[in-house]
Amino acid sequence: MTTYPWAAGYVAGDRPQIVTARFQYEDSHTLERYLATGGYQGLRAALAKPAASVHDDVKGATVLGRGGAGFPAGTKWGLTPAGKFPRYLVVNGDESEPGTYKDRLLMECDPHQLIEGCLIACYAAGLSQCFLYIRGEMAVAHERVGRALNEAYAAGYVGKNILGTKFSVDIALHWGAGAYVVGEETALIESLEGKRGEPRLKPPYFPAAIGLYGQPTIVNNVETLANLPWLLRNGVEAYTAIGTQTSPGTRMVAVSGHVKRPGVFEIINGTTTFRDLLYGEEFCGGIRNGNDLKAFVPGGGSAPWFTPEQLDLPFEGRLVGAAGSMLGSGAIMVMDSTTDIPKAALSLTRFYAHESCGQCTPCREGGTWLERILSRICDGHGTTSDLDLLIEVGTSICPGDFPHASSTKLGLEATPFPYKMTTICFVGPSAYAPVHSALTLFREEFEAKIVKRTSIPVTVGH
Amino acid sequence: MSRLNAANLDLAQEIIGRYPVARSATIPLLHLSQEQNGYVTRDAMQQIAELVDCTAAEVYGTASFYEMFKFEPIGKFCVNICRSISCHLVGGDELVEHAEHVLGIKPGGTTADGLFTLEAVECMAACTEAPTLQVNYRHRFRVTHEDFDRLIDDLRAGRLDGEIPPHGTLARERQHIPADRAAGNVSPDTPITPAWMEAAQ
Ligand SMILES: Cc1cc2nc3c(=O)[nH]c(=O)nc-3n(C[C@H](O)[C@H](O)[C@H](O)COP(=O)(O)O)c2cc1C
Ligand code: SF4
Ligand code: FES
Repeated sequence: MTTYPWAAGYVAGDRPQIVTARFQYEDSHTLERYLATGGYQGLRAALAKPAASVHDDVKGATVLGRGGAGFPAGTKWGLTPAGKFPRYLVVNGDESEPGTYKDRLLMECDPHQLIEGCLIACYAAGLSQCFLYIRGEMAVAHERVGRALNEAYAAGYVGKNILGTKFSVDIALHWGAGAYVVGEETALIESLEGKRGEPRLKPPYFPAAIGLYGQPTIVNNVETLANLPWLLRNGVEAYTAIGTQTSPGTRMVAVSGHVKRPGVFEIINGTTTFRDLLYGEEFCGGIRNGNDLKAFVPGGGSAPWFTPEQLDLPFEGRLVGAAGSMLGSGAIMVMDSTTDIPKAALSLTRFYAHESCGQCTPCREGGTWLERILSRICDGHGTTSDLDLLIEVGTSICPGDFPHASSTKLGLEATPFPYKMTTICFVGPSAYAPVHSALTLFREEFEAKIVKRTSIPVTVGH
Repeated sequence: MSRLNAANLDLAQEIIGRYPVARSATIPLLHLSQEQNGYVTRDAMQQIAELVDCTAAEVYGTASFYEMFKFEPIGKFCVNICRSISCHLVGGDELVEHAEHVLGIKPGGTTADGLFTLEAVECMAACTEAPTLQVNYRHRFRVTHEDFDRLIDDLRAGRLDGEIPPHGTLARERQHIPADRAAGNVSPDTPITPAWMEAAQ
């Protein structure tokens, strides 16, 4: 395994590389290096065929969305109403889900790959203009992508009559300004329209029908688009030869928390197990200090937690979904035996409470309630009824059975993701997910904090 | 005067020109204005409203939604320490406490010399490199308490000025679309089939 100082966190190994192959070069972000390593060959291959045939390639390769929901990109592109133009591409570079670290690397280390991916998407799906929305706090990504765009325009890869063809499209670099919820695709669109980043009411479920300026709009994640140059250069067969039938290709996964060697890995999709990732020598090498594993979050802060029982599940969307959680944004957070579980749950819940846009009462009020109750439990001021109150507030955000691998412990059947919810977007349920997991799996830790307090004799006369 | 200066006004027009609907430039222009003045002023929001064709209240409505916009002056260096889960698990909270102690301020506060503003923030996409902080949105990884002390010393002494511009400057390199290479905006009101799609039909 190899690391590079200019790609902090990334760990290369003896594995196929679709999106991280250039990270080994310090100048991987320059046009010169890009062109020397197969850059813009995918675009050339695409432009040599009709748009529909490129779209077929992406459908055939089942390129799954890497932003969270895992929806196939080719299918999504097909959801635009026939003949309705203009259509736009909005690139989701807002990466801010706790634990998630991959899109920033892709933007900083290989911006041309992303630009090429955007161009291939625009060509295939008939998208007339592209907006590359980068999270505001990523100053270096802005500089790298900005410079790469300037190089690409000057060299004729972006803009008018690309590579001398009829294909013309502008890519505008857009700045975010700090708001997690803007990562939700309809909020992203609102934000790009210059408004507050509040998610839109559904239906319509897909901006592909009504999106930016009311027009059909494709929103895709950075990693999703970064896959396209390789796919077009090497073909569908080469792409689907990696990974499994339902989850072809590779995936970038960030493993953080209490492992010996946290890192970002490009793994073969669908086959690598959580045990490989946490304990494998080519990955994280086990739990730090030889401690035991207590629990892990398999797919970003909003994913229901797993315990050592689920270690042998492969990193595959359907299987993890059936086990009551999700792969989400490819972020695994590992908690060892020393972890204070109520505090960890508080850290996650506070995030979602803090990031609520405030439109829906269950999220705005419920999230804050959950945070306050957890806070007082962690501070030693909780009461036994607080545990019921947490569940009561939580089920007002996500009514009914809550999907969880360990739901049977509460006497419930495990039901797959997604949740039932009373809110417009998933931020509300996400505030409850960690509480539900923590309380289901480690109730005694909450009780201990409460018992401690009630057992302290009340002193009088101070 | 906190309206955009002549050079920035040109830049503002260039940015607006990239969008089919001017109002989309609101956030980039707020950044530009914050870069010039260090924070977002009322005058600036009034001017942005004129530029993107909406009301000043709408600009404020947007600006106030986003954490990066400040409405009063802050320190030259905005030190943001991550307290989300991955950092929390390996000492993020303790790093915040240490910073409070070293700088003598609480999160949200600014040191008396106007150099540092401290903030406890949420995940900034470097979770495997925890605990993490950013100074003016430039990352620092696996930060020990000693690293933190050295960082503050270096910033104070101006040793990192080349690497870390003052608060407000987002990106030192900007996109410029050359006029002769631009494909041009595509307005939502022009229902034209793209040329390369027509060719396919
Ligand atoms: C609260 C919330 C936050 C999200 N944040 C992001 C994000 O930061 N980046 C991202 O690509 N997708 C994010 N998503 C998912 C997007 O809504 C959308 O599904 C995705 O960008 C589509 O791209 P894909 O199909 O290529 O995965 C978020 C979703 C929700 C509900
Ligand atoms: S669930 Fe929360 S973040 Fe999502 S729209 Fe409702 S209030 Fe906003
Ligand atoms: S949790 Fe701190 S950078 Fe992600």
